[in-house]
Order: sequence, then C-alpha cells, then structure tokens
Amino acid sequence: MNTLTQVKHKFQDVLRRDRTFNHTLQGMHSIQGNELDISHKTVLYLEDVSVSFDGFQALNKLSLYIDDGELRCIIGPNGAGKTTMMDVITGKTRPDAGTVYFGQTMDLTQMAEHDIATAGIGRKFQKPTIFPEHSVWENLELAMKTDKGVWHTLFTVLTSEQKDRIEEVMLTIGLQALCYVKAELLSHGQKQWLEIGMLLMQDPRVLLVDEPVAGMTHQEMDRTAELLTSLAGKHSVVVVEHDMDFVRSIANQVTVLHEGSVLAEGTMDEVQNNQKVIEVYLGE
Amino acid sequence: MKFIPQKNSLSLRLIYLILSLLSASNLYAADDNLNEDVIKNTHDQLKELIPQLQVKNFKKKIILVKQLAAINDPQSIIVLQALLNSRLYYQKADKSVVLLQKKEVHKKSKQYEIFNALDNKKIGLVEKKTIKKIATNNKLRKTIRTLLAQKEITNADLNIRQAAVKEILTGNDASLLPALKQAQTVETDESQKDLLNLAIALIEVDAQDTSTRQSAIKLLGNSLYPRAKGKLDTILATNDKGEFIEQDKDVIKTAQKALKRINAKLSLFGNLETLFFGLSLGSVLLLAAIGLSITFGVMGVINMAHGELIMLGAYTTYLVQQLMPNEIGLSLIVAIPAAFIVSGLFGIAIERGIIRHLYGRPLETLLATFGISLLLQQMVRSLISAQNVPVITPSWLSGSLVFNPAFAITYNRIYIFFFALLVFAFLLLILKKTSLGLQVRAVAQNRSMATAMGIKTQWVDSLTFGLGSGVAGVAGVALSQLTNVGPNLGQAYIIDSFMVVVFGGVENLWGTLVAAMTLGITNKFLEPWAGAVMSKIIVLIFLIIFIQKRPNGLFPQKGRSSGGH
Amino acid sequence: MIINRFFPQFMHKDTGGKWLLSLLALVTIIVIIFNFLIPLLLPEMSALHMPTYMVTLLGKYLCLALLAIALDLVWGYCGILSLGHAAFFALGGYAMGMYLMRQIGDRGVYGNPELPDFMVFLNWQELPWYWIGFDSFAFTALMILLVPGLLAYVFGWMTFRSRVTGVYLSIMTQAMTYALMLAFFRNEMGLGGNNGLTDFKDILGFSLQSDGTRIIIFSLSALALALGYITSRFIVESKLGKTVVAIRDAELRTRFIGYKVEDYKLWIFVFSAMLAGVAGALYVPQVGIINPGEFSPINSIELAIWVAIGGRGTLFGAVIGALLVNYAKTYFTGALPEFWLFALGTLFIVSTLYLPKGIVGLFERIKNKNSDQNKQAENKLEEKTA
Repeated sequence: MNTLTQVKHKFQDVLRRDRTFNHTLQGMHSIQGNELDISHKTVLYLEDVSVSFDGFQALNKLSLYIDDGELRCIIGPNGAGKTTMMDVITGKTRPDAGTVYFGQTMDLTQMAEHDIATAGIGRKFQKPTIFPEHSVWENLELAMKTDKGVWHTLFTVLTSEQKDRIEEVMLTIGLQALCYVKAELLSHGQKQWLEIGMLLMQDPRVLLVDEPVAGMTHQEMDRTAELLTSLAGKHSVVVVEHDMDFVRSIANQVTVLHEGSVLAEGTMDEVQNNQKVIEVYLGE
Repeated sequence: MKFIPQKNSLSLRLIYLILSLLSASNLYAADDNLNEDVIKNTHDQLKELIPQLQVKNFKKKIILVKQLAAINDPQSIIVLQALLNSRLYYQKADKSVVLLQKKEVHKKSKQYEIFNALDNKKIGLVEKKTIKKIATNNKLRKTIRTLLAQKEITNADLNIRQAAVKEILTGNDASLLPALKQAQTVETDESQKDLLNLAIALIEVDAQDTSTRQSAIKLLGNSLYPRAKGKLDTILATNDKGEFIEQDKDVIKTAQKALKRINAKLSLFGNLETLFFGLSLGSVLLLAAIGLSITFGVMGVINMAHGELIMLGAYTTYLVQQLMPNEIGLSLIVAIPAAFIVSGLFGIAIERGIIRHLYGRPLETLLATFGISLLLQQMVRSLISAQNVPVITPSWLSGSLVFNPAFAITYNRIYIFFFALLVFAFLLLILKKTSLGLQVRAVAQNRSMATAMGIKTQWVDSLTFGLGSGVAGVAGVALSQLTNVGPNLGQAYIIDSFMVVVFGGVENLWGTLVAAMTLGITNKFLEPWAGAVMSKIIVLIFLIIFIQKRPNGLFPQKGRSSGGH
Repeated sequence: MIINRFFPQFMHKDTGGKWLLSLLALVTIIVIIFNFLIPLLLPEMSALHMPTYMVTLLGKYLCLALLAIALDLVWGYCGILSLGHAAFFALGGYAMGMYLMRQIGDRGVYGNPELPDFMVFLNWQELPWYWIGFDSFAFTALMILLVPGLLAYVFGWMTFRSRVTGVYLSIMTQAMTYALMLAFFRNEMGLGGNNGLTDFKDILGFSLQSDGTRIIIFSLSALALALGYITSRFIVESKLGKTVVAIRDAELRTRFIGYKVEDYKLWIFVFSAMLAGVAGALYVPQVGIINPGEFSPINSIELAIWVAIGGRGTLFGAVIGALLVNYAKTYFTGALPEFWLFALGTLFIVSTLYLPKGIVGLFERIKNKNSDQNKQAENKLEEKTA
C-alpha cells in the first residue's frame, strides 16, 4: 500500500510541469473554496509576497489589502513591481513566498489564470490586447461572463439578454457605431476602450487596470475616469497609472510601491506630502 | 598490416598521427627481409622434395610440406608461401616446378614470368597454357600457415613474430608446443612474450597434469583474446543434463574464476567502447547541430535547409577530391575551408534572399527554408547525380587504434571527435572574443538597441547566418568520412540537430555541446538492449517529454525567449 | 439566394464553400450516373464513362483535401503548425489496412487463415493482441477515429499544458511523426515493417478491384469531404471557432478572460487528428497500400504547403490548395519528374513570401480592390474618431 502511494506521488510529480502547475494538486490543499467569501469586507489579500527573477527582487514582502468596492490607485516608479503584482494576482507569475487570497477562501497562488478570471478577477494589460481579427461585437461576445467550457462554447447561441448586455457595454464604451469593424482597425484609444469593455463583459468582482489612459486624449481620459469611478462600489477597481493628474482625479486611496514593497498608503494628499515618497520620486 | 602500440605511448602515437597527417605518407612500410644463413647441404634436400609437390594426393602433399618446412633454408619458406598463395606452378613440358612473382598475366604479352622454384632464378616468359598450378585445399593451406608461423615466431623482425604468433593463436596445434616454448625462452619483447605464453597456455590447458592445466587456466584468465574466453567456455561446457563434461572439479573452479575475471574485464572494455561510440555519435550530432545553434539558437531563425547545407559541405569534399585525385590526404584539409565558403555563401544568399523578408514570422520561415532544402536536394540530383557519390577516406584516417584485443577504436572517429571539439572551440572564440561575436550577441539580445548604437544589424544577420551555414558545411566534410554522401544526407540529420539544440537550450553553445554528448551516449548505451532503431525512438520520446517539462531546454538562457509568439 | 436553401445557416456567408460543395456533389453525381448506373442499366452505352483509374485518382485527391481541412483547422484557425498530421492520417490508414488484411483470410500467398503473409514469413505463431477486433468493420471504424484521436490527445495534453508553442511545437510534432515512422519500419511492430500492409482483396465482401466498389469508395470520399467540410464550417462559425481564432491572435488575453486555452487547443487538435484519420482510412483502399513512408516528416510539411497555397484560415482554400498541388504533383511526376521538386520548393518559397493568404487571399485582394470595401470601412472609422 505504501509503495502504491509512493508510486502515485511519483506519477503526480511527473505529470506536474513545474511549480507553475501546483494547481493540479489543488485537491490536496485544505483551504480552498469555490464561492467568493468577502465576509471580512476585504476582497484581495496579498501578504509577504516575494518574487524574484534571476536574482532581481521584483516583489519584496509586499503586503496589500483591497476592500470590496474600493477604487485603489497604485503608483510607483519604473521597476517598483506594479505589473509583477498584477501578474501574481492573475496567476501569470507564481510568488516565491507569501500568500495571495481572493476573499477568505480562494488561494490564488494555487489557481490557473483562467480559473482566477472566472472566479471574478479581470485584467486590462498595459499594452491594449484585443482580438484583432474579430469585430468589436465578437470581442465583447468572447469576453462575456458565461460557461467557458469547450462543449458549451461549441453549441451556444446568444440569448436576447446576452445580446442586450453586449449592446449595453458597447454603448458604455462608445463603440456601437463600429460594431462590425475588425478590432485591428481601431485607433489606440478605441482599443483601450474595447479592452475595458471586455473587462466589463466579464462582470468581475475585481478589475485590475494597467495604465488605462496611455495614448488617450484628455477628453477620453475624462470619460475613462468617469467610467472607472462609476464602476467602483459594485466592483473593486485597482488602477496602476503613471499619469498623476488622472490618479488625482479618480483616487481616494493611493498606494505607492517602491522596490517591490509598499512605501506609503493613504489619500493622494497624504501620499504627496509623505517624506519617503518625495525622496523616492525627487531624490533620484 | 596491424600495428600494436604500447599502451604507455599513446601520446607518441598521436604525434605520429599528426606527422602522418602532414606528410600523408605511409609510416608502416615494412618488408619481408629474411636474413637467414643459407646452409649449402639443404639445397639437395629441397631439390628432392620440391618436384614431389606435383603429387595429386593431398595427404602426401601435407607430409611433403612438413618435410619442406623442417629444412632450414629460406628457399623453403619462399616455396611454401608461393604454394599458399597459389603462385607455385609446374611446367607441363619438363615437370619442373616454377614460381610466379606476380599472379597476374603479364598484361601486354598475355604471358607469365616464371622463376625456378629451387633457386629463384628467372627462367623467362612462357605462355599461360604451358604451365599448370599446383593445387591446394583448405587443410593444406592451414598446415602451411601453421608451419610458416612456427618458423616465423623466431624471426628477427618483431612484426613478423607478432603476425606469426597471432596466426598460431587462431589454430590450436599441440605439435607447436615445443617450438612455442623455445621461442618463449628467447623472446625479449614483453607483449610478444605474453602472446607466446597465451598460445602455450591454450595448448597446455588440455594437458594431463592438473597443476599445469590450473596454471594455464589462470593465465588464460588474464587474457582478453577471444580464443582464451572460448577455451574456458569449452572447459565449462555442460551436457544435456546440465552436468559439466569436465571431470576435474578443481579445474572447473579455476576455470569459473578465470572466466569471471575475463567477463568482468570484457564488460569494462565493452562499456568503454560504448562510451566511445556514444562520444563519437555525440560529436557527429554536435557537428550537425552546432551551426544550427547559431542560426536557430542565437538568431531564432528556423532553417530547415540546414541539413542541405551540411550536404553541400559533403559534396564540396567530393568535388575537391575530384579536382586533386592524386592528393587525397591533402584534399580533406583543403575541403574544410572550401566547404565553409560554399555553404556559407549559400547561407548568406538564403538569408538575404528569403529569410530577411520573414523575420518575426517563424512558421513561414520554417516553410520557406524547407522549400529551399527541396531545391538544394534537387539541384544536387540534377547537377551531379541522384546516386551516392564516392568520397575517399585518406590513409591517415583509416585503420584503428588497438588498445587490447577487446578494445579498439577507429581513427576516423577519433579525428572527428577532436575535430568537433575544435569547431566548437572556434565558434565559442568567435562569439566571445571577436567584435563580430559581440555584435551578434547584441543583436540577439536587443535588436532595436543594437541598431540605435550603430550596429548594422542587417549586415550582422547576414554574417551570423553565413557563419552558422559555413559551420554546417564543415560538418559535411566530417560526415563525408562517416556516411554515404548523397542528396538525402541532410535530411537524416535535420530532426536530430533540432532536437539537440532544443534539448540544450537555445542561445547556449555549451548547452548544445552537453546535449549532443548526452544524447549520443544515451543512444549508444540504450542500443545493446533496445536495438538501434528502438533506442532512437526512445530518445525521441524522451526528448518530447523533456521539452514538456522544461520548454527552455537543459540550460535555459535568460532574457528574450525565441519561443514563437 | 435560392442556393442557400440547400445549406445550413452557418454556411450562408461562405460563398467559396457553397461553390465547392455544389461542384463536389455535381461531380459525384456525374460519376455515379456515367460510371455506375449507365453501365448497369444500359450496357451498350458504357463507353461514355470516365476511366476507373481517374475516378480513383480523384478519390485520392478528395481524401487529401480532407486532410488539408484537418490541418487548416489547427494551423489556419488555431495557429498550431502541426508537422505531424501525416502521422494521424497514416494511423487511420493503418487501422483500415489492418481490417483489409484480415479480410484477405486464407487467400494470402501462404494461405494461412489466421495470420497475414508477412507474419507467416516472420515465423509468428499467433496474431498479436492489437490485431484483435480488426476483423470487424465496426470496430475498425471506431479505431480509425480513436487511435489518431488518442495519440493527439496524449501528445496535445502534454504539450499544450506546458505551453509549448510556435516553432517548438512544430518541431515536437515533427519528432513525433519521425519516431512513429522509425517504429513502424520495425518488423517487430507486427504491422508489416518496411513493406507495410498491401495486397488487399476486398472490403465488406466487395472486391476492391471491381469498378463498382471503386466508384462507391470514391463517392464515400466525396461524402466524407462534404461532411468534414460542413462540420468544420460549423465549428469555425461557432463561438468555439471564434475562441480558437482568439487564441491564435492573443493567447494571453483569451486566458485572462477565463478560457482554459489548453482545453480548446486540445479539442481542436483531437478533432483535427480524427478527421485526418478518416482521410487516411479512405485513402488506403484506393491506393491499395499503407507503409511507414506515410509517416515521413516531409509528407506533413508538404501538407502544410497545400494549405498555405490555398489560403489558410479559409476552409475551402485548404481544399483548393490540396487539389491543385496534388494535381500538379501527379502531372509533373509523370511528365517532368526532375522538375517536380524544383516546382514544389519554389511553391514553398513563393507562397510564404508573396502569398501570405494563399490563392484565396489573392482573389479577395483583387475583389476588394474593385469593391472598395476597405475604403468605406476606413472612412467610417475616420468619422468616428473625428
């Protein structure tokens, strides 16, 4: 019996690709739930998270808590670990140490990207990533929150509610006139909007938005600010942004990252007057 | 002609090899100078015996031959050798026995040149039909060989003595025992003495006296000649019921011990040989893959025509040999730069003509270069031949280095092993120490930054690709010495080469080296129990699974990944 | 469009496909009427028929076209350039070949009722276990789908979850088919070794030599191609098809909106392998032999060029490419054998350099120029952004 278990473990070990595939063993981890539990008001927990790439410490014991319905801005100089933090939350990068929880029960370090996405964490990339060969409509349709299993997707037909939902989001992002245009023909700003629209279609609990206003005109920026603020409350929104004016216009809570950990946290004014922050931004 | 070097003079042998490489002449010219004293009164005996050789009865011939051998006269050896080699004739007219120096008909006149068998004096030219060959059969030839060997084991020339004792070892003639013992006492050369002892032991194993047999068996246990093991196997033979045929229990025990010792040694040398074969295969893989590790590994270009660039190198060797048919030894040296230039130029042409337009589209590059490989194959078929072409192996590459009877390795494989390492070192040097290498690495790591710093990236691309292709051509020169040179030569190596590069990890020359050697050795060690084809399949499956586990190979390189999109 | 009435809704926009299927139906009907019905009913008019070898040749092309569709699904739509699709084709072919071998019964050279000739020749005493069941056609039909499907499943499962992509994947698939080729060359595989399986006599009791059987197999190939086309069209037009294209264009994005990418890749890969298996199974009775040469990596690469020439990412482009290149191959290898490899090599280069979307793309470009559709779309865009 003992050897049998050993063989079984060995087998499992072989089938694992590397540590990235720990999720295949998720049955063995005790604290794991499928339902999002936000009974403590906090939706996202990052505790003592460390990540290093070939000796470069991208995240250094980062601890961060995002409340349900909050709109949080994250700023920091280049290389502060903002994008790595998002990678860790969405499962693209596995932390070397530390815990990442979604609600009380979901251990994100043990989940695959698509599971995390399905569980309710959406992400917009720094560089707008949409499906260039698909029309705006199809882009949104693909992102829609629904059963994303293979067989369901093969036979599914859009219901009228789903169509309404797509129309609605299209209206929100102002692309209804370009409904059937191939996404690759959109302008940079329109692509940004489309990606935000796809995020909305997912109806996530947490939106991670990486530099949403890069390449946008002031007008578009204002509309984006408006949109993100309106989303807060129903969703938690985490925005990583370089543009300070934009951050000021939307944020009530700002976190400053530096060298992989939190340097300061508070309102925009508090943060701006923080001595350490001034040193980091101006001292260099 | 076999040559057994002393074990401790390997380095000396290598120096010889290099010397021979330069002079391309034959070092081992040795002639059969027989400087034995001629004793007058033996002449009469010869005169009496030689004509009798015409007798038809082979039993009588054997007796005659033995008598002839007993005569201490060089002429008896000459006659016996002539008889052995079917050069002994008699003239139909006067029944006098004659010798032929050359077997062939004298070409222009269709005549034979004959010599008197008694004194070697030239008689003259005769028509073919006037003479008749003295017939021999297997048994007679074997007798003659043994007799000659017996005479030769006391010859002054060590080479002749060695050849003789080896000849004796293949038979097992108890009548030779006194002669062997006598030779053993006067022998001064150690390895020759060992051989004589072995020959004696092989005979004494069958003696009556147990202690003689015991010591003979012990001696056999120290020998690696197949005959020694065979003899022990015979002693330990069993009948149908599994009982030993041999009655003496002590002899059985000693023989078992001796056999165990031989087997242990044989398996050690067997493993050594497998290891060497593995390294040899590894060096072939390294040669085939190393150019690819530049074009694919460093540049990220999938060149499916890589195999054909190797093939072009092999054909260049062939063409160079055609141009200098009298200098085969030198031709191979000339072929190396020639193949580098030919394949390199083809490579540059491919890069400038096609690959340049497909950067960033790896799958298209794959298909386009595959098209090139078809074109190159057909070009060779149309311009040269669809058949394999003969590439001659120069004399300094043939033969083998014999360590002992159980372990010998061929020179061409040794040369190619070191050649592969040399090419590897050369490439490493170029990439690490030259400004071209610096630029290549800069372009590989960050193309736009390299452009911004004033590096002509297009120029660097062409040169890098040319370098990788040229090295493929050089590999072709080496491969022409190991395999058939034909239009399909390249196809045999392309998958293996890619496997080696992917296994080793792209952008990593050292990885390619380790991967090639690992795969070569693994393959050869699998072969004994899985068979050649099956072990290749196993290695392929292993590689497929390995890449799943570690998509970046054994030694993943940091930074830009070339893994598609 | 009255013609739409004959096609399911998901094909209405697929003009090329509709043309193709109509043409296919027409040819099949003509062949059946002139080669089957007329000789049967009006023997005196039988001179009108097409030579049987041509029908068989056409049938062969149709099987290869089905194979091209299979590759187009994974390469054109999902971006996975499989250089091992000939392996799935050959496996389907071997499954069919095993059935046909069993059908020979005791009519082989050695007259052994149980063992195929090559096993008698190798002194085998009994049928290896994996031959069991292949005397049943139903079992064989199942295996034609299952064996390639299973191989694709195992290979894909390992590869896709490890996220091996791009050329690495291509090289891996090539290594797979190479390993299989080496394995099938071995006599110990019990599948005929070097010579493969051949000397077939009949299928389901009908002689393979008879014209009637050949016409039926041709018709079945046409039917398989049509069904394969329609099914593939359905898949491509479904949301799954869109997802697969999305994976091709932006894999990471697809993952982050909640799709388990490896499942999709695996699904399409396995489906494609099964399609290739069917193509192989129909191919074998028409050519009368299956041997390890079918696994050879060059076959898979050639297949890629059919798809590339026709136009990947359009199913009927793949069919056109397969038919054209194979017709050219038959023509040139007969008329100018030396020239064929030059032509093929040039095709590879020209199609990748100058025809990124193949013949279909070329036609579309010409069409678009005339209709100025692009300009309108651009104008619209400019209005919106202004």
